[in-house]
Amino acid sequence: MRADEPLSAPLEISFDYTRSLGPTLSEFLTALANHRILGAVATDGAVHAPPFEFDPVTGAPPSRWVQVGPGGTVVTWTWTDRPAERQPLPHPFGWALIRLDGADTAMLHAVDAGSADRMRTGMRVRPRWAPSTGTGITDIACFEPDDGRDPAEPARADSPATTADARSPAEPVTMITTPVRLDYDHTVSPGENAYLRALADGRLIGQRCPACGKVYLPPRGACPVDGVPTRDEVELPDTGIVTTFCVVNVPFHGQRVPTPYVAASVLIDGADIAFQHLILGCPPDEVRMGMRVKAVWLPPPERGFGQRNIDHFAPTGEPDAPYHSYAHHL
Amino acid sequence: MAMSIVPEARHMDAVAVVGFAEAPNERRSAATTNGVEMLVPVFAEVLAATGLTRAEIGFWCSGSSDYLAGRAFSFVSAVDAIGAFPPVMESHVEMDGAWALYEAWLKIRTGEAEIALAYGFGKSSAGDLRRVLALQLDPYLVAPLWPDSLAIAALQARAGIDAGLWSEAQMAAVAARSRSSARTNPRALLAATDPAPGQLLTRPYVADPLRAHDCAPVTDGAAAVILAAGHRARWLCERPAWITGFEHRIDSGALGARDLTTSPSAAASGVAAGAGRAQVAELHAPFTHQEVILQQALRLGDEVVVNPSGGALAGNPMFAAGLARIGWAARAIMSGRAEVTLGHATSGPALQQNLVCVLEAR
Repeated sequence: MRADEPLSAPLEISFDYTRSLGPTLSEFLTALANHRILGAVATDGAVHAPPFEFDPVTGAPPSRWVQVGPGGTVVTWTWTDRPAERQPLPHPFGWALIRLDGADTAMLHAVDAGSADRMRTGMRVRPRWAPSTGTGITDIACFEPDDGRDPAEPARADSPATTADARSPAEPVTMITTPVRLDYDHTVSPGENAYLRALADGRLIGQRCPACGKVYLPPRGACPVDGVPTRDEVELPDTGIVTTFCVVNVPFHGQRVPTPYVAASVLIDGADIAFQHLILGCPPDEVRMGMRVKAVWLPPPERGFGQRNIDHFAPTGEPDAPYHSYAHHL
Repeated sequence: MAMSIVPEARHMDAVAVVGFAEAPNERRSAATTNGVEMLVPVFAEVLAATGLTRAEIGFWCSGSSDYLAGRAFSFVSAVDAIGAFPPVMESHVEMDGAWALYEAWLKIRTGEAEIALAYGFGKSSAGDLRRVLALQLDPYLVAPLWPDSLAIAALQARAGIDAGLWSEAQMAAVAARSRSSARTNPRALLAATDPAPGQLLTRPYVADPLRAHDCAPVTDGAAAVILAAGHRARWLCERPAWITGFEHRIDSGALGARDLTTSPSAAASGVAAGAGRAQVAELHAPFTHQEVILQQALRLGDEVVVNPSGGALAGNPMFAAGLARIGWAARAIMSGRAEVTLGHATSGPALQQNLVCVLEAR
């Protein structure tokens, strides 16, 4: 890998959102868990399935519900050969807006048609229910072409009566979990690239603003004061001073150091912004503003491209820096 | 212009576009997702063109998205590119930079600033754009299915084809014209003499009935536009592009409850902004059929020159492409090529939200 090639790394961001449904969506999804599909009747008489939460004309929540479907007609469709992660089906399938019987609006869902050749506007489809219920719109696993023959699987409810007979009444669905996961490839800036590569060698590289002369460590790409690129690299020592600090007494998940310990703002000699790091090598109550410290590096085999290559800072024993020498960096 | 029909009231608080610059539209930029590396040269270019210094910008407003960037508060990092010390008046919208320009326009009209700079930036290539865009859908009943942006656009395209409103051949013609026009745009990503529309139609579908040429390319980029109050504008620009109409509207988020073959919000924005007199229209249509919808909704006749820049089909940096359309529309005025132009921006799935900015020479 060339040194001027920016480092990059994958980043996965995921979170399971729990969403409270409110009265309207709870009504709809509770019925769906019982294999019944409801439409909300608007003031103009139009049946919305899925329902509106607030009437498009009056803004009122739905006051009247009717059962729709479960069969429906494809209003428009497309085909996907390469399903994306978390889409309803792992193999090629169709997406469609489906107007359920008795509804005036359409529902978006997947159609498991096998091939794009079977998809057409106006085709009849019916829902295929998912094995688990109460999950939300995914209670419908997908729709499938309805050629008039009986579905292949026997336990498919299509009337409220059979639903009630065949299934125990579902608990009201008031909350759903909607997991989100996205993948990114993050690239560092040219300045960060030089900084991180130097860290792997046990060196500190900052950048100087050509306008105001301030030295940024880590580099920021542009001087936040002047808005100009900071391209001039500056090699800095691994010594500095504690500008301010706190003693951590609270344990938390992922903590690396036993409490109590000191987290401090360390201003490297020659730099104009401090960064946060650990101060070890002396009792916490001996750490003070202006204390001179030096980086303690991980052994080279343990280093990567990150700030953790500096394990911590330790006191050098030199006389403290006078307050006025760092007062404007607080 | 033969006769100005601009209401006198609008002269009172006149605001004009006086500068525009955009970053090269790239398939994969080496920049970070915080936009700084893309924005610094864009700011330098637009400030140099107007002779302004950063200190003279009274208000800065950006459009970008953390979902696109894959990091929290990405727009705060971007402020480094401004040089925000001493502190500046600054704001952000999680929308295309065109809406940032709208906020900047209001800021000038309310007298809180005389000169404002709006910018937008996006590194679409950092994530999987078609999945990222699924998260702008209804989070309860639609997004859990992860319908991707190509599928949503394809549902709209077929609805219009079924209704006889456009054809795959017409869509291919839009693509071919876009790439041909983009040859005059040095910052475009896709600019070429493409095969004839007929040949384009032999290519495979990516989301039936959409082929690759029907879809804007995944693009990284940034754009900036400078606005000035009337008494400053003429000093900064020989031929300012005066804003005589600036409107935005939105349609229902329920995809199955609206007619996807039309765009009532674009039509309403166009009527309110006075789109009918435009000679040049820069339309933010990320899909070929959407250009057809917009031409119809904005009632643009055959004599209107559409997307001389190549439009979004030649390069669609998310959160910057709409602002760039307004920038290009303004450039047509500033360069003397047209008297009345419009820039359009869209946001949301299937042209859900639309903004129209009408610009005039005076």
